Amino acid sequence: MTPLLEIRGLRAEIAGRKILQGLDLKVDAGEIHAIMGPNGAGKSTLSYVLAGKPGYEITGGEILFKGEDLLAMAPDERAAKGVFLAFQYPLEIPGVATVTFLRTALNAQRRKRGEEELSSPDLLKRVRELARKLGIDPEMLRRPLNVGFSGGEKKRNETLQMALLEPLLCVLDETDSGLDIDALKIVANGVNALRASERGMIVITHYQRLLDYIVPDVVHVLAAGRIVKTGGKELALELEATGYAQYQNVAA
Amino acid sequence: MSAAIRPVRTQAELGLADLYATARHGLPGGKDIAAVRAAAFNHFVLAGLPNARVESWKYTDLRRLMRDAKPLAPPPDATSKEEARAAGELLSGLDFRRVVIVDGAFVEELSDLAGLEPGVMVRSMAEALALDEPMLSQGLGVMVPADDSALALNTALAGDGVVITVSPDVAVVRPIHLAFVNTATAPAAMVTRSLVVIGKGARATFIETHEGRGQADYQVNTALQLVIGDEAKVDHVKVTREGKGAIHIGTLLAHVGTRATFNQWGFTTGGAVVRHQLFVLLSGEGTTANLGGLSLLAERQHADTTLAVEHAAPGCHSREVFKAVVDDEARAVFQGKITVRQQAQKTDAKMMTRALLLSDDAEADGKPELEIFADDVQCGHGATTGNLDDQLKFYLMARGIPEKQAEALLIQAFAAEVVETIEHEGVRDALMEAIAGWLGQRG
Repeated sequence: MTPLLEIRGLRAEIAGRKILQGLDLKVDAGEIHAIMGPNGAGKSTLSYVLAGKPGYEITGGEILFKGEDLLAMAPDERAAKGVFLAFQYPLEIPGVATVTFLRTALNAQRRKRGEEELSSPDLLKRVRELARKLGIDPEMLRRPLNVGFSGGEKKRNETLQMALLEPLLCVLDETDSGLDIDALKIVANGVNALRASERGMIVITHYQRLLDYIVPDVVHVLAAGRIVKTGGKELALELEATGYAQYQNVAA
Repeated sequence: MSAAIRPVRTQAELGLADLYATARHGLPGGKDIAAVRAAAFNHFVLAGLPNARVESWKYTDLRRLMRDAKPLAPPPDATSKEEARAAGELLSGLDFRRVVIVDGAFVEELSDLAGLEPGVMVRSMAEALALDEPMLSQGLGVMVPADDSALALNTALAGDGVVITVSPDVAVVRPIHLAFVNTATAPAAMVTRSLVVIGKGARATFIETHEGRGQADYQVNTALQLVIGDEAKVDHVKVTREGKGAIHIGTLLAHVGTRATFNQWGFTTGGAVVRHQLFVLLSGEGTTANLGGLSLLAERQHADTTLAVEHAAPGCHSREVFKAVVDDEARAVFQGKITVRQQAQKTDAKMMTRALLLSDDAEADGKPELEIFADDVQCGHGATTGNLDDQLKFYLMARGIPEKQAEALLIQAFAAEVVETIEHEGVRDALMEAIAGWLGQRG
């Protein structure tokens, strides 16, 4: 069976700085993979390269998403195919109401997939229902996207978008950063609700804490731009105890 | 004082002199008004067309941009009037009271003058001038200090326009839509002058639209003098969507009384060269003025908004927010000058201009200025020019929104921030729709 995501020998740099240096990763549908690693290992770069952020130069390797060349697609095409990046720092967009943004995004994806657009009342109903589950005040949906939202509200909003867009591959970039324990639980519940046999997830995190709530099937250690160790969920606990120092040495 | 160097008369200046010489005897108004016109024309002759050596026209050299003078537009015929029926479609469905000016002439049969609120009078400027009323000779003279040769030209040549008076304490419930429609196919000039006098404590909303044929070669010189009484509240929105070949010079002179509120808003998308100049005099204490505007420019359009706000009394509050979206090789100009007179203590004035450049060849020039003679004031200004934010664009695209649509959303957001300051919801919606239409044409 074709894996959901297959990364082979990926090399990427930004402004001449080599960040990813031969990264291999395979994620099957239904699996949750955690990627842990020290600061500067290339965790965020991996997430951005998957989503197609401009500015990164791919100098080697390939990314296959359901067997298709992901690197050849523009960011919006990737999203329509089912790739979703939950941003570490969701951006504020003054002047664009959250609900307008959600409608535009969902219908753009549906159009691209040749599906019928969702009517405004149907969309609103779905958004309200999801908001309720994530403890998002419906009033917030009318406000400009992320403007004046707290860190927790922004992350909940990312989770709401993910739930609405129903992607096949969710990439969560440091979703735990800036969250207190209550917000973390809400976001983790939202993510867990999306666990499904057809969906894969990559949870990128520096700390083990998040993995208490989103329990991974596989844990990888990313250091100096490569996956240097892969194990089960117990690897995360081990890392918590030993730290990343040993892997930094391995990589060097 | 050294003798002023008189530049060689341009073809347009010579043409305008001929135009005045031929037209002057046919222009409406008796002896007093003819004298005001003659003085104004003399001013124009001495100054010439506004040009880059005049500080307030630094970025819009009309002497260079205006190659020739067009003959005054003939009175509208039946075909023109028929065409004008469809004008101002942007505001259709809002049930505003339409007052229609076709090719520079007030057309009563197209105007909706039935059932005017008591205390409201709407007339043709040509008719009012013919009566030679003192108010009109004053009205053609300038109540707000504005030394400007384009305005002088307007005073000399204006043939028609609208005169509206609102008695004290009258609330004009139905907004008045002044629809200026230019239907000329042959080269033509439309010179209009309007006067609006709002009595003490009265309230009114005016929407002015200016539009014309796609490729027609015409020149508009339009001026509105607005006298706002004490404690009155006036909203004025001007929408300029002239044809692609048009030159549009618009002047607004506003004299604002004590504890009055004046909200003025300009929206420009059409015209080859557009100048929108505002002279606002806050003459009474405790007055509020909110001035805003948005220009959406493409191809080789040139649009200039030049603002002179004078705080002449204590405790007045003014806000100026002007934005421009500039694509292709277009150019947006904003000049804003706030003057605070010595007696105008406790003035609170803030001016901001922002330009969004969508292409490498687009240009925005901004010149905010403060001139303060009082010592207890709060004044500030700011100016920014930038491109679309790539980070924001990526965020939208990462959610599946195609590039052009992501750009459109961000441009709409940039524009909406200033459109939202318009009080009338229907007008706000109409303008957002016009913005969406403009973005649609961008492809």
